[in-house]
Amino acid sequence: MAVTKTIPVTAAVREETAEKPPNRFRQAFPQYAAISPFFILFAVFGAFPILFSIWISFHSWDGIGAMKFVGFEQYSYLLGDPKFWQAIGNTMIIWVLSTVPMLLLALVIANALHNATRFRTFYRIAYFIPNVTSVVAVTLVFGSIFSNNFGLLNAFLQSIGLGKVEWLTQPWGIKIAIATIVTWRWVGYNAIIFLAGLQAISADVYEAAKVDGASPRQTFWRITVPMLRPVILFTAVTSTIGGLQIFTESRVLFGDTNNIGGPGDAGMTIVSYLYQSAFIKNQFGYGAAIGWALFILIVLFSIINWRLIGGNDSERLTSRAKRRADRKIAVQKGAAK
Amino acid sequence: MTPAERLRTTVGHVVLMLGVAVSLFPFYWMVVMASNTTPDIFAYPPKLLIGSHLFENMGKVLDNVDFFGSMLLTLIASVSVTVLVLFFDSLAAFAFAKYEFPGRNFLFGLLLATFMIPAQLSLVPQFVTLAEFGWIGSLKALIIPGAANAFGIFWMRQYAKGAIPDELISAAKVDGAGFFRQYLTVGLPVLRPGLAFLGIFTFINVWNDYLWPLIVMTDPNRLTLQVALDQLNGIYGTDYSMVMAGALMSVIPLIGVFLIGARSFIADLAAGAMKF
Repeated sequence: MAVTKTIPVTAAVREETAEKPPNRFRQAFPQYAAISPFFILFAVFGAFPILFSIWISFHSWDGIGAMKFVGFEQYSYLLGDPKFWQAIGNTMIIWVLSTVPMLLLALVIANALHNATRFRTFYRIAYFIPNVTSVVAVTLVFGSIFSNNFGLLNAFLQSIGLGKVEWLTQPWGIKIAIATIVTWRWVGYNAIIFLAGLQAISADVYEAAKVDGASPRQTFWRITVPMLRPVILFTAVTSTIGGLQIFTESRVLFGDTNNIGGPGDAGMTIVSYLYQSAFIKNQFGYGAAIGWALFILIVLFSIINWRLIGGNDSERLTSRAKRRADRKIAVQKGAAK
Repeated sequence: MTPAERLRTTVGHVVLMLGVAVSLFPFYWMVVMASNTTPDIFAYPPKLLIGSHLFENMGKVLDNVDFFGSMLLTLIASVSVTVLVLFFDSLAAFAFAKYEFPGRNFLFGLLLATFMIPAQLSLVPQFVTLAEFGWIGSLKALIIPGAANAFGIFWMRQYAKGAIPDELISAAKVDGAGFFRQYLTVGLPVLRPGLAFLGIFTFINVWNDYLWPLIVMTDPNRLTLQVALDQLNGIYGTDYSMVMAGALMSVIPLIGVFLIGARSFIADLAAGAMKF
């Protein structure tokens, strides 16, 4: 240890004496000052709370009274809590119901946008507007469309001779309603990202495929989709992280009722359960533990996504991704020192 | 164009137009509901056209909640966060992109690592921390924790790297300008288009945020627009047309801000995603 340490120190000293400035740290003071606001804010409102939340999660605490140390009890309770597992199940179902149609539709729209030569700006803005509109307002509109008795959707179903569906009381109806809102808000966003990916594919590749007599379908599946992999990975990871954190749609549709997330808790997501535990029932320790469970889930799913779409065959990684990976390893090595 | 190609183009536009209709219909429906009376909406078959009760419904919103108070509060929070983020993020990005200093790569790696942390993880402890500071219910809780962020610094750094020529910085140094002066005279003017994107992005996010203000703005007389709208629905949920008038009023200013810079905003967002 001592041996390995002396070498970089002497090297650094030599470097310092070679350059004239007396102290590189002092000289870089303005740069440190420039980047400090982020690091100070992160320390106070990010790093400290996260460490603190580990501490909180080992306690039973209502946020006001004394904290009572309970060890791993919050976590062991969490693992046996049927409501927690229900929240995970609901979140997963809503996530699949929204992400799959969302990414498929986005791919179709991006492809059509890529080929369209007219009205391009109009299309992009029209597709993007849902994403910048507040979730609360959007959920109120969709809540009325899905309304059991007076909703537009049921009026439509009745007018074509089908019966009403109790969208906002049936377990599946609730999940479909929430998934529809999520899909509607994010299809356009993902289409724009896919479009950027499509535009980055060189025209020569398509030219070559045309010369070889490839059909449009072959071109799409054999060229477009494989070359879009990094972009698909980006959208998959962001949709997963977003999907695991769904909250507002369910909260605005059903309010702070005893069953958070509607009848039978059918729309209760992980974040709904966290919110209810911590901020309605004042179980801060339990809320903190749910937060950690959510964090682990997000990391887990990001790794799965990476493996499924981006991973295992390294030669498919773009040079940029490779460079980033190298940089990450270098950073980790630096941190290990 | 061969007939087959022409057909494909036409089919493409039909698909796109259908998508646009789905994308925009909820806005139309919001206006329909906000401009009719609640009994008209609840009738079968429902009214599908824009009615004449819009101002009456808007008036009811103003009678029942402090709409403009909430809007002002939300506006102050959104503008403050946006201004602070633009300043702190661009300043940090300028330093990261254009200067060598000890520990730079390590610090930047640390900054990237903070991306991985979901906001909900720190929800409980952040609330407790702000409660210790006595900031719960105050605008500080909405503004200060978000005054600088990793995403913005990362994004602006990518932008600054390509956009600011090193020669300009050297020239400013020769003229005896210090770091901050170099930022003001060389950095900021070049970064302006990047700042436009980050500004709109930040403003929209703060304006639309719901979970955080729901938790920290505990004073019922000082609610942000989104929370006030949700509350309007919670209390007067059966009066659909009034709630929809409120939703419409809350959405219009933001769509206005978005449309001003929509074209380059969308392009910048897509370009940013490609850099990840």
